[in-house]
Amino acid sequence: MANSSTAKNEPVAAAKDAAPPLTTMAVLAPAIGWFIPGAGHLIQKRWGRGLLLMASVVTMFVLGLLMQGHVYQPNGGDILDILGFVGDVGAGALYIVVQVMNWGQGAISHATADYGTKYLIVAGLLNFISAADAYHIAIGKKP
Amino acid sequence: MIFTPSHFTAALLFSVFASIVFGITQRSTSRDQLLYGLYCFAMFVGGVFAAGWVMWILRR
Repeated sequence: MANSSTAKNEPVAAAKDAAPPLTTMAVLAPAIGWFIPGAGHLIQKRWGRGLLLMASVVTMFVLGLLMQGHVYQPNGGDILDILGFVGDVGAGALYIVVQVMNWGQGAISHATADYGTKYLIVAGLLNFISAADAYHIAIGKKP
Repeated sequence: MIFTPSHFTAALLFSVFASIVFGITQRSTSRDQLLYGLYCFAMFVGGVFAAGWVMWILRR
């Protein structure tokens, strides 16, 4: 009795444990979504969501720069500096452009510059969430 | 060009952008996304006011 019940549940458990199919879109969407904020949604024809995500992340990142926020460099020192870098790098191409142009390294001259640093980090972290969402759409977990 | 908002304006802008992303990514249907985005925004702004009052009380 117990054995037949277990045997009946096995296919269900196996289906639950099965990894989602590794399609091209499942790889491309989060990668492109990380590199260009919102693009992971745009390539899946989620125009409204993609544009809103792009506008939010890009605007937040640019405002952070305009507030003279600090952009973290790749580093292996203080844990907060490492976490700051991880947050910043989430902005993808925006972070690369900033590094190439050597922006975000100026001396802080006003009180709200610290907000700028937080804006830059949070823009990157929000973009990570956005890229994960693009992945969920690609594997069919989300409409 | 330098942008120097007040603390409150900076907190409000932060709330707007974070709420948009939370709304879109944490819910599936358009209506739920809108409602959750508004909920997040209200929580952010409510948190700002609550923290402001706590700091005012602590300062006295």
